[in-house]
Amino acid sequence: MGDNGNERLAMVVFSGTMDRLMPVGILASGAVAMGMDVDIFLTFWGLQAFSKRAQGAPPKFSADYADMAPMFAQVMKQKNVPSPIETLKTAKKLGNVKIHACTMTMDLLGQTKDDFIDLVDRTTGVGEFMELAKDAKITLFV
Amino acid sequence: MVTEEVKATRVVDARGSVCPGPLMALIGAVREQKVGDVIAVYSGDTGSRTDIPLWVKKAGHELVGVVDRAGYAEFVVRKMR
Repeated sequence: MGDNGNERLAMVVFSGTMDRLMPVGILASGAVAMGMDVDIFLTFWGLQAFSKRAQGAPPKFSADYADMAPMFAQVMKQKNVPSPIETLKTAKKLGNVKIHACTMTMDLLGQTKDDFIDLVDRTTGVGEFMELAKDAKITLFV
Repeated sequence: MVTEEVKATRVVDARGSVCPGPLMALIGAVREQKVGDVIAVYSGDTGSRTDIPLWVKKAGHELVGVVDRAGYAEFVVRKMR
């Protein structure tokens, strides 16, 4: 539970492909809808999907789903499915969603918080994130 | 069933929206309205059938009714707090 008494969903987002980022946005929305706080720790490929550079094109699907990816992308477009980033923006508007950038990844790649879109709230070390995650009701690694 | 007397203060047409879009649209609308207002949300999304009543209960509002329409459902919610 957080300081405000709300239950918490903690997600470590390691993957940066569409197939994994989609559920991140949807699960965060569901948690917010049910009155939970959400903390998302973006690391490695997950973090790169939130870089300003990556915003020109939607994230690619994992090679595991290469055969279905074109069909899926078309359905998403047809049905106006919002991008994972749009979904997270909505979740943030309606609830307490904090998005953390992994300091270790940033150090490795020589990145600063400025390299990422504004949706990313802060930079956080793994120890600090564990402090948050250990009190979470639900913890997911994506 | 919704009786004809219940008039929605606000209608949210979320029929083009997939899960969890209609629920999120409803939450946003309820937040903006006043206590006592009635919000109707249209949704063609299957998840809404369970998610919306669950949220309404959890958030402490009143589900006035759910009406089946052609190809979608209308959820009528009264903001209680």
